[in-house]
Amino acid sequence: MTAGAARSVNGARPEPATGKAPAQAPAGSASLAAVGAVAPAVASARGAPGGSGASRAWGAVPGAPWGRAGVVGVALAALVLGLVVLAAAVPSLLTSRSPTATDPVGALAGPGTAHWFGTDQLGRDVYARVVFGTRSALLIGFGATVLGACGGAVLGLAAGLGGRVVDQVLMRLADVLLALPPLLLGLLVVAVLGGGTVEVMIAVAVAFVPPYGRVVRAETMVVRRSGYVEAAVGTGLRRWRLILRHVLPNTLGSLLVLATVGFGGALISSSVLSFLGLGPRPPEPDWGSMLSEGRDFLSVAWWLGVFPGLALTVTVIAVNVLGRGAQARLGGGRLR
Amino acid sequence: MTPAFARRPGDASGTISAEPGTTDLAAPAGATSAAGTGREPAPPSGAVAPDAAVAPDAADGLDGPTAIGDAPAAGRGRRIVVAASRAVAIRVASALAVMLGAATVAFAALALLPGDPVSRLLGPMTTASPAVREQIREDYGFDRPLVAQYGHYLGQLARGRLGESYQLQQPVSALLRDSLWPTAQLALAALAFALLVSTAIAVSTAGRRPWLRAAVSLGEFTAVSVPPFWLGILLLTLLSFQFQIFPVAGADGILALVLPALTLALPIIGVLSQVLREGLERALREPFVVTARARGLSQTAVRARHALRHAALPLVTLTGWLTGNLLGGAVPVESVFGRPGVGSLVLAAVQDGDMPVVMAVVVLSALVFVVLSTVVDLVYVVVDPRLRTAAGVV
Repeated sequence: MTAGAARSVNGARPEPATGKAPAQAPAGSASLAAVGAVAPAVASARGAPGGSGASRAWGAVPGAPWGRAGVVGVALAALVLGLVVLAAAVPSLLTSRSPTATDPVGALAGPGTAHWFGTDQLGRDVYARVVFGTRSALLIGFGATVLGACGGAVLGLAAGLGGRVVDQVLMRLADVLLALPPLLLGLLVVAVLGGGTVEVMIAVAVAFVPPYGRVVRAETMVVRRSGYVEAAVGTGLRRWRLILRHVLPNTLGSLLVLATVGFGGALISSSVLSFLGLGPRPPEPDWGSMLSEGRDFLSVAWWLGVFPGLALTVTVIAVNVLGRGAQARLGGGRLR
Repeated sequence: MTPAFARRPGDASGTISAEPGTTDLAAPAGATSAAGTGREPAPPSGAVAPDAAVAPDAADGLDGPTAIGDAPAAGRGRRIVVAASRAVAIRVASALAVMLGAATVAFAALALLPGDPVSRLLGPMTTASPAVREQIREDYGFDRPLVAQYGHYLGQLARGRLGESYQLQQPVSALLRDSLWPTAQLALAALAFALLVSTAIAVSTAGRRPWLRAAVSLGEFTAVSVPPFWLGILLLTLLSFQFQIFPVAGADGILALVLPALTLALPIIGVLSQVLREGLERALREPFVVTARARGLSQTAVRARHALRHAALPLVTLTGWLTGNLLGGAVPVESVFGRPGVGSLVLAAVQDGDMPVVMAVVVLSALVFVVLSTVVDLVYVVVDPRLRTAAGVV
């Protein structure tokens, strides 16, 4: 009897693929897209769907809190981010010092007029190193986000269009990856590839692929049933052209919003890996590795632990504020 | 499903009956199975909850709508047992699937490693003769085809053998055993702290005290934007080096646990309190709140006793995220605070290319995820009486 009832329930449910497609409905998104991600709960709680999966990175981003002050916040964030991008593009514009010039006599000098942020154990100017470290931080974070988004797009399109078997295999794989802590996945990648700038980029990106893939897949499922795709099929468009011209662009909106929100998380994730000594090689200035070198001198030089982290945090906050803004503006229209 | 819940008479007081958001109902149940099971095959996992939920419902239909409460006990009991054991079977199967998947991912990483496994095992400073190398190759089975190695690995794993560390010449299980407790202490302390603080924040700010709510929101936003390890460095600098209240490194005693747990908990609090508050605010709009207030309960009592249960429901979807945060976050936190533990073990292993240790930690964290999801499911049945009757646990 029970089995019969169960079967009838199963029968009443749409086939698995479509059963999952309404991951758009709040309940569906909570139950299906959820495992590793905070955002579904946050998103469904507030009815803003954009967040699913973005928070897969270590830094999840709940809503920017300021309502009417939002404009000011966004403007301020844009200003900060502009400065950060400037520092990454032309660091010599913001400091005349070299980030690698050592000065054993002036080692571990506190912040002052000579050295705004003090000097480190080798007498290198911390301010110059923070400025020059911007590039590697932004580069890794951006690269990881782009890689993750591309990987997610490929995974999602393949799962959404590849038929049931492909879909099942890919989604189960995504489930397994979502069951593992993102940082551990990153460490596994580093264990295979070794440390370094590009390696960290990949390591951070891997954790983004499954949640992004799920969102793209859900979008694809909706898009491929829509009238214009059917019309395009009717006109005899080739499969690849159809995917690239019609399906992909229509799934990109939500992916873009996710990636914007995920960028802040990618910055944090990559800085964690480089703090653990797996990122860019030592002489190159990098916020994460500066903090890990400074860890041994905290008892005598607090500034070594403060300024690189402050730069990182301010950047992440600016990115998150802008990401939230973008999500609030674009997410509502594009996702639903 | 809605009618079933709405109809059931003694169903758990006024707290839930006429709740419009019955979709929420499906969410925890579905999510429970999804999160916990790791969703082996999608159709069953999606169907677990409905199955279980509908089974008694079907019985109702047969016995006539009036007989809900006192349906023929024997038949109903049997059906419940069947439904329950079916749910358990699916759950176990999908837990195993997650474990198998994690083991496969770990093995794939090993297989993808470039270079000769024997040289990797011996390290760069080796003077081993070719004969010795051949011997090692044979002993470890590196000469066998990949599929055979995979099968061997799974077989060993099934028997609980995690292999031997390349670097430390010790069984991995012994290494894990030594480092497990400090990390468990850290994670549990952080979890307890996070739950406590975020519940307090949510209860005190949901839907009231706008200025406080705004301030807390700002704090939450900052909490998730601050890299946790930097927070740890700040705390360490201030409270261990400047004021010397807490020890600088190590894992001896309660005092050494405070700062690491705080560091690990903060980003979790930032998310949890937000999710809880939004859940609370949704629950506070329900009619049962008015009923409870009319009975003379104070605002805070309504929140703590009635609304909080509802607010806790979305938490089930956070299990995976929470596990990831606690286990993954332990790595940088243990590094900052110089604590022994699984995090520092796996970090050292990654740096030294000690693959058996890395693989074992991957499998272990999948196990923790599976166990935690199961525990959360059980807690759910306690929190939400609807699941209890629906899932046939009672």
